[in-house]
Amino acid sequence: MTMMIMMTMKAKNKIQKENFIISDGCCVQYGDTLALDNVTFKVSEGKMVAVVGPNGGGKSTLFNAMTGLVPLANGSIKIKGLDPDKAKNLIGYVPQKNLINWNFPVSVRQVVEMGLTNNNSLNPFSKKNNKIVMDSLSQVGLLDKIDDNVNKLSGGQLQRVFIARTLSQGADILLLDEAFSAVDVGAQEDLMEIINNIKLDGKTILIATHDINNIEEKFDEVLCLNRHCCAYGDASEVLTKEVMEEMYGSHNQMFKNHTPGNHGNNNGN
Amino acid sequence: MGIENLLEPFKYDFMIRSLITAALSGIMLPALGSFTINRNMGFMADAMAHATLPIIAVGVFLGFSISVLGVPAAILIALLLGFIIKNTEVGEDTAIGIIFSSFFALGFILISIFNVSINLEDLLFGQILAVSTFDVFIVFGLFIVVMSIFLIFFKQFLFYSFDPIGAKVRGLNVSFLNYLFLIILSLAIIGSLQTVGIILVLSMLIIPSAAAKLITKTFVNSIIFSVAFGVVASISGLYLSYFFNLPSGPSMSIVATLLFVLAFLISKLVNPIFTYLNSEI
Repeated sequence: MTMMIMMTMKAKNKIQKENFIISDGCCVQYGDTLALDNVTFKVSEGKMVAVVGPNGGGKSTLFNAMTGLVPLANGSIKIKGLDPDKAKNLIGYVPQKNLINWNFPVSVRQVVEMGLTNNNSLNPFSKKNNKIVMDSLSQVGLLDKIDDNVNKLSGGQLQRVFIARTLSQGADILLLDEAFSAVDVGAQEDLMEIINNIKLDGKTILIATHDINNIEEKFDEVLCLNRHCCAYGDASEVLTKEVMEEMYGSHNQMFKNHTPGNHGNNNGN
Repeated sequence: MGIENLLEPFKYDFMIRSLITAALSGIMLPALGSFTINRNMGFMADAMAHATLPIIAVGVFLGFSISVLGVPAAILIALLLGFIIKNTEVGEDTAIGIIFSSFFALGFILISIFNVSINLEDLLFGQILAVSTFDVFIVFGLFIVVMSIFLIFFKQFLFYSFDPIGAKVRGLNVSFLNYLFLIILSLAIIGSLQTVGIILVLSMLIIPSAAAKLITKTFVNSIIFSVAFGVVASISGLYLSYFFNLPSGPSMSIVATLLFVLAFLISKLVNPIFTYLNSEI
């Protein structure tokens, strides 16, 4: 009997892990424009997914739908079985740089503390979260910058501070919007290393990016969006010529060096 | 000027009342100003102050004190401005401009129609020396409400102002926070009308904060310096007003501006000297 219960629980856990994020025919409409049309995919727990597509292809809109910022015109999104509105605590969000008000001279500590700020955070002098803030900054290697002004940081360091904010929040899912824009190549590698370490802790990570070079090396899965889901699946398989053309139209020539497994090299060596 | 001269104003009850209200305004306006300047809300705050005129006209006509009628008026104006900005189709600045000028114009029309006996100069530039004991209590009450809300919701205001989308994703009630900030801003403005007047309330809101921003590196320090500059400007402005028989609002504004110039010079001269000395070491 106990054996059977354990087996049932294991099976249930497996189903939960496989159905961590489910988008079922998700549609988002802005006025008369359909920004997302019938987008269906399923992400398992602990996976790292690249969300790629042209500007205006719906990458940010998908993140907005997953976080409950925009309503769905049709279909559904479930995060760990919950509607986006009910799953806010589960999701840590790293915004695009241009959505931040950089006038505010806030410190690294204050930004990371925001991950712990909710509707009940009513004591401005509370120090009880200090350890969580310091642990989160240690994980992204920026503990020595804790009292620095965020305006003084490089693009890569800023991304790391925002990642630390999601860690202090204790989010299970990380959404990074345009994580690698304004980040130089060296810093991108450091950032990927940190993100990989976080993934090893069991977090599920979705990153909207324009950089599809070596994508199969960096990500488990790729979601290709151009207002609809052009393809979704294993990073080494989905970026076919047809899918690239569907996403980028005639501009897909820009990526002609890219074929799955070719790593951006013409000879495929 | 000896110490006796400095203490001379305290012989008079009306000066003690004035000093208290000036100090309270000198704290709450610059504290909120630190958020206002970083959110580019100066024009909105100016509109709030000007939009109070028709309500003051009606209040005086009906026999109410400005401070009493000001509280519901402030809340009403904050809600109205917040709603219009959220739903405008003509652009935020334009919407604020329409409210600003039309309410101000309406105020003058009502003053003319009701033929109320308001000293317009006092209303526009402040007449702190006419503050009654009752007014002091009202301003003190407003100060407690404004500063309590400011401190209690400080972390949420900061999160929402710095990263509005991130705050929404985190589950903060940003619409509530936005209206709450507008309401306390409006209450602080109403509480300071007698001190600095409708036209110059903006100077006490933004000049100390702007000066503080020039010479500080963190947001919390900028608030502390902003409040310090605000208190210095309001108290010394009041002294100038007393000794030289000047209107209180303009005196405070001029002192605040001098502090801004001083902060600007410090930021341009002293900081590079420190940097130079450090680099030599």
